[in-house]
Amino acid sequence: MSINRGRVRWQCRRALLELDLVFTRFLERDFDRLTDDQVADLEELLRCDDYDIWAMVNGSKACEVDRWKEMIGLLRQR
Amino acid sequence: MNVAKRTFDAVIVGAGGAGLRAALQLSEAGLKTAVLTKVFPTRSHTVAAQGGVAASLGNSTEDNWHWHMYDTVKGSDWLGDQDAIEFMCKKANEVVIELEHYGMPFDRTDNGKIYQRPFGGHSMNYGQAPVMRSCAAADRTGHAMLHALYQRNVRANTQFFVEWMALDLIRDADGDVLGVTAMEMETGEVSIFHAKATVFATGGAGRIYYSSTNAFINTGDGVGMAARAGIPLEDMEFWQFHPTGVAGAGVLITEGVRGEGGILRNASGERFMERYAPNLKDLASRDVVSRAMTTEINEGRGCGPDKDHVLLDITHLSPDTIMKRLPGIREIAIQFAGVDPIKAPIPVVPTCHYQMGGIPTNYKGQVVVPKDGNPNSPVAGFYAAGECACASVHGANRLGTNSLLDLLVFGKSAGETVVEDFQSGQLKLKPLPADAADVSLARLARLDGQTKGESVFDVGLEMRRTMQKHAGVFRFDALLKEGVQKIGEVAERAKRTEISDQSKVWNVARMEALELDNLIEVARATMVSAEARKESRGAHVRDDAPDTPENPNGRDDANWLKHTLWYSEGNRLDYKPVNLKPLSDDVEPIALAKRTY
Ligand SMILES: Cc1cc2nc3c(=O)[nH]c(=O)nc-3n(C[C@H](O)[C@H](O)[C@H](O)COP(=O)(O)OP(=O)(O)OC[C@H]3O[C@@H](n4cnc5c(N)ncnc54)[C@H](O)[C@@H]3O)c2cc1C
Repeated sequence: MSINRGRVRWQCRRALLELDLVFTRFLERDFDRLTDDQVADLEELLRCDDYDIWAMVNGSKACEVDRWKEMIGLLRQR
Repeated sequence: MNVAKRTFDAVIVGAGGAGLRAALQLSEAGLKTAVLTKVFPTRSHTVAAQGGVAASLGNSTEDNWHWHMYDTVKGSDWLGDQDAIEFMCKKANEVVIELEHYGMPFDRTDNGKIYQRPFGGHSMNYGQAPVMRSCAAADRTGHAMLHALYQRNVRANTQFFVEWMALDLIRDADGDVLGVTAMEMETGEVSIFHAKATVFATGGAGRIYYSSTNAFINTGDGVGMAARAGIPLEDMEFWQFHPTGVAGAGVLITEGVRGEGGILRNASGERFMERYAPNLKDLASRDVVSRAMTTEINEGRGCGPDKDHVLLDITHLSPDTIMKRLPGIREIAIQFAGVDPIKAPIPVVPTCHYQMGGIPTNYKGQVVVPKDGNPNSPVAGFYAAGECACASVHGANRLGTNSLLDLLVFGKSAGETVVEDFQSGQLKLKPLPADAADVSLARLARLDGQTKGESVFDVGLEMRRTMQKHAGVFRFDALLKEGVQKIGEVAERAKRTEISDQSKVWNVARMEALELDNLIEVARATMVSAEARKESRGAHVRDDAPDTPENPNGRDDANWLKHTLWYSEGNRLDYKPVNLKPLSDDVEPIALAKRTY
């Protein structure tokens, strides 16, 4: 079963403005082009704590899950 | 249309610090409690709080609640109610130690006590010198607090409705509150949550401003719902601008940075706060620092090619201190300002941060409105706590770290009051009016049926720009008057918003349109209340109310020592007295004085 994209979009609403700013850019630029598999990876990543996602995005923490690396890469792109 | 009904002893809207603290009180007392939240509880905005929570534990320097109370009253520019302030400062140690017992990982001193750091506006011995009063868990205080409270709620069997958005407050013909309508995002269905007690803990509305430290979720839903249901909003002209938002992005640099020794500098490198606040300098109260920065910028001493910001300098701190005590700050500076603060100062500007006003409550967390000659008559079945509420402890200006304290104290207190009212049999499950869901259903039908309407994004942007320009750090009569008219026009446009995607499930565009309805109420309240208040006080500073001997700092106690109440219907204002009398005889009223640091 494919994941509802609206749900994933809503879950990109985070508790930190830092992430809202990063995700706004990502939703406008990349989100609609993601494959179902990529959306599934993103959905999994979004279950992490905000500070962990933020740390992976700003590079202070290495992303240890291979499946998420592509998404982190897109989120990091300025 | 058939609307599903669910029945509870209590329904809490919001699962941030205030909602979770209130829920815990209810669930542990055995009440059947539902907590509704737009996002997963530990993704509530409380997570963003970095600086700490105030309590006069006296672990790092001598301290007591009298000093804390004095600082809070003075910080509020005497608009705070002294009964509620006494209550909060006295309860601080209890609620912080409780949190420690729930497993909150506070920073420790060498001898194992909770480590405390200094924070703006907090002083020892009635304003003499900075005190160390802020309890923190590194720079993740809010995050740690929310996790501790959430775990505890899971243990207490609190029932969470995650990704449910409350739409409207349900009141009956007597004005009593009977619950809320809410939409489940996954299905798009509307349900009624029928309860003996309804607690609002929906957080602030900082997204009404263009430049804001608040995440996108802070859309003031509870405040908007209350206003639409006829509850007046208190002191909405008072918004705190945090001195140090990253220029251009809004992202907050915590005051803890100045607590650890950070210094604000203008274009010539001068530590300008020495001129504005000789005692507390960079650690003066937020409004004082924000105004000083704005004055520096307005008078041409700003930095950068456009001279539109000042600099926050921590290059003199050891990289070790920065990495250990302020790690997150370094990453924010690198990402959003493109500078490494170990090597270069961070560009900062005053940025909208905190809503001092809100739904009027007393220190027990009961929502109170004027009725039959009593300015503070409780609304049966309705309670509120946290940033959406106005107790009023922050008055015209909040001190940093007093908000997390407010969540704990008044979340708990609202919970205790509900439990008391429940156990005494005072709370009843009144029958629902037949039209209980009609307002919500009509709003949704309007939105779905709208053609040739307005874009939610465009109207939202116009609102944010209007607020920023017409009701910012410094306020001008002509701009405010124009602002009242403009925000009225924006509100009219908001009645005609249209969404192109009409799918029922997970429709983010629909959520955002519904949120805008709430933001608009808050924006109108702010502009109208600000235009009417002809003095300067705390965060509300008018250029035509300057500092004179009769009116120190432009504050006019003879005419304006009163709380504003704004009613959505008719855009009408009313006022009520400030409570200058503490709760007990343990302390004398803090007498009116000029606010200097
Ligand atoms: C960047 C930043 C740093 C801060 N640092 C500090 C600090 O160091 N110390 C301090 O004391 N204060 C600090 N503050 C202020 C403090 O964090 C907030 O005032 C406080 O966290 C608000 O908590 P709350 O429980 O009232 O609301 P929130 O934590 O915002 O929670 C609101 C809840 O309501 C829910 N909700 C909202 N609308 C609806 C709806 N319609 N339906 C269902 N659910 C809904 C949300 O999902 C959420 O669960 C900071 C604020 C910011 C922005």
